[in-house]
Amino acid sequence: MNFLLKINIILIALCFSVFSKVSHANKAFITNEKDNTVSVLDVKKMKVIDTVKVGQRPRGIIISNDGKLVLICASDDDRVEVRDVETMKLKYILPSGPDPELMVLSPDDSVLYIANEDDAMVTVVDMADKMIIDDIPVGVEPEGMGLTNNGKVLVNTSETTNMAHFISTDNLEIFENVLVDQRPRVAMFTPDDSEVWVSAEIGGTVKVINPEDRKVSHTISFEIPGVNEESIQPVGVRHTKDGKFTFVALGPANRVAVIDQKTKEIIKYLLVGQRVWQMHLTPDEKTLISTNGVSNDVSFIDVEKLKVTKSVKVGRFPWGVAITPN
Amino acid sequence: MVKFFLVFFLSFSFFENVFSREMSIQKLEERKKADVERQKKRESRGLKEFSKKIEFTTTIVFLSKEREIPSVLSNLDPILSDEGFYGIELAIEDNLTTGRFVGHDYNSKMIQVSLKEDLLTEFNELINSGFRYFVADLNEKELLEISNLSLKKNKNIIIMNVRSKANSLREKNCKSNLFHIPPSRAMLADALTQYLVKKKWNKWFLVTGNEENDKLFSDALKYSAKKFNIKIKEERKWDYEADLRRTAQKEIPLFTKGIKYDVLVVSDEKGIFGEYLPYRTWNPNIVVGTQGLTPKSWHRTHEQWGAVQMQNRFRRTSGRWMTETDYASWVAVRSLGEAITRLGNNNVEDVKKYLVSGKFGLGAYKGVKVSFRSWNHQLRQPILISAPRSMVTVSPQEGYIHPFSELDTIGVDKPESTCKF
Repeated sequence: MNFLLKINIILIALCFSVFSKVSHANKAFITNEKDNTVSVLDVKKMKVIDTVKVGQRPRGIIISNDGKLVLICASDDDRVEVRDVETMKLKYILPSGPDPELMVLSPDDSVLYIANEDDAMVTVVDMADKMIIDDIPVGVEPEGMGLTNNGKVLVNTSETTNMAHFISTDNLEIFENVLVDQRPRVAMFTPDDSEVWVSAEIGGTVKVINPEDRKVSHTISFEIPGVNEESIQPVGVRHTKDGKFTFVALGPANRVAVIDQKTKEIIKYLLVGQRVWQMHLTPDEKTLISTNGVSNDVSFIDVEKLKVTKSVKVGRFPWGVAITPN
Repeated sequence: MVKFFLVFFLSFSFFENVFSREMSIQKLEERKKADVERQKKRESRGLKEFSKKIEFTTTIVFLSKEREIPSVLSNLDPILSDEGFYGIELAIEDNLTTGRFVGHDYNSKMIQVSLKEDLLTEFNELINSGFRYFVADLNEKELLEISNLSLKKNKNIIIMNVRSKANSLREKNCKSNLFHIPPSRAMLADALTQYLVKKKWNKWFLVTGNEENDKLFSDALKYSAKKFNIKIKEERKWDYEADLRRTAQKEIPLFTKGIKYDVLVVSDEKGIFGEYLPYRTWNPNIVVGTQGLTPKSWHRTHEQWGAVQMQNRFRRTSGRWMTETDYASWVAVRSLGEAITRLGNNNVEDVKKYLVSGKFGLGAYKGVKVSFRSWNHQLRQPILISAPRSMVTVSPQEGYIHPFSELDTIGVDKPESTCKF
């Protein structure tokens, strides 16, 4: 019996390793804010392959840099759920402070930084110990979280205070505050860390800040014929690694702006679903997926052709999106 | 064999769970200690400190007047004597979060003029003492008086109206030093009418109360009806004096009998009879206007666009729901703060110019930015159309287009405005 058991264990282990290789084809995870679910999509097939029940009001979602874990902000449960990428089984729960909204992991996956929208702070969590190390007081309604490649500088934006807070991750202290436009939502470093782009939902702009001197170098505004100025509300920002394009989701303008990352000129507006907020690029950067909160779908965008290729229905009020890195 | 597998597998995953969740007592103690230290550190570091030297301080005066408590019409809602107060407090704190980072200080002075005191004398004293920014919870007549007094004395001040919905204050009696946060009656009427038009509820039965304000709102509704091509099938004044809690069941069916209409539109701002109309009409018609489905600048059912954060923060501070006047007070103080932050100074003349310039915009939990109409200093804003326990829709309704801002499809637009500063 003992011998049989051992064989069985080996067999199971083998099965798992085989399965995991097969199912590694890129998956996209979409949080559905009103359904308390996450939709799992096969990126290649552009199909929903699974819908998983998660905590209340899921919003921010990321995948660990090693590609093994999915982290989900369950905002109304005041916690972060950590699930297995393959099985979506709940592994453990991280304390997050009240109302977690967006988060970012350090490059080595050891520290998690969480923006607590309802409590004017950034919570810092040790991933090994699964406990809160510190909380950093920031402006009112913190949201956007950007981190440099070396994990040394964290930028958090606060929606009501209208600031981008530059935080040193060594001592967890703010070392500079930069005034940006009304209701900043997302902060995103360029792949070479030479710029951080901050979108302002109500201000209708994206500010480009130089992290060296923390001065605003560019203010990008948008103009779309036939679309009211008030409904142009920039939220999600994604840069391509080759330094060519930056995509900005424009909320109820129902469009994603394609911007030349170098010249900051707007190349094109892509019509997607209603109220587009967050986006994510596939690892090969050939596809961009956007979440469209009001039309309850996601749009697939072909990055080479700069065209929307398909929209796929997900749950109610899709909010965040994360795609597996390998 | 399969069963055995299952048992083995389950127990394995069970152990894994236990290991990852449970901690030794020693570890628990360590954590507790760390938590206490973190708390200490947080407090000592504090949010209350300025990260830059204070360049200047802006004091905002909240001016209100003690009122005689009206006779109770409904025993459901408490009569509040602190409306506006917490809105101001919260907004000062919000201004300060930015202010502390850039070196701008803010504080408020709460002045309630008692029944025995004279508003004008008090106001005169305040402007003589050098106060320049006012948020005023006052009625139409009082606002006119204080605004005229400061204009006469040539004092450069800003008064933010957070109470009065009077159209006249935005039109023939408009003042260059007066800004209006609450939507005017014209805006409220247009916002509601746009929705009724969308629903094709085009035949109205309009009931107006006895108060002067009821007539004013009725006029605004009639103006909207004309603008949006609505038929008012019947118009009646409500002049029953009886206590409706006892007689509503008899009177209202008769009052609404024999008329063909889609909606019963009621104008009863104080709520003397309006609450008794729904469910008692002769035909099964819905009630809209000041009761039933109502146009509002803020409502407790509002939770979209971050409003839930605002509702939570307000309730944590005050222990009650945010009212329209609380919301208006918050917007007033935040507007001043936003202008001062962007300008980098608190010069009244500059702030006034900035507020009506195209540059000003404020996130106020309404989905789009709010701003001021340059022609009459009215806050341009979406209006919530809500039932007592559910947010039904937000106006302007889709399809009403405007060359500048869709928000200007509600209320008095530039070409029709009679305001001259």
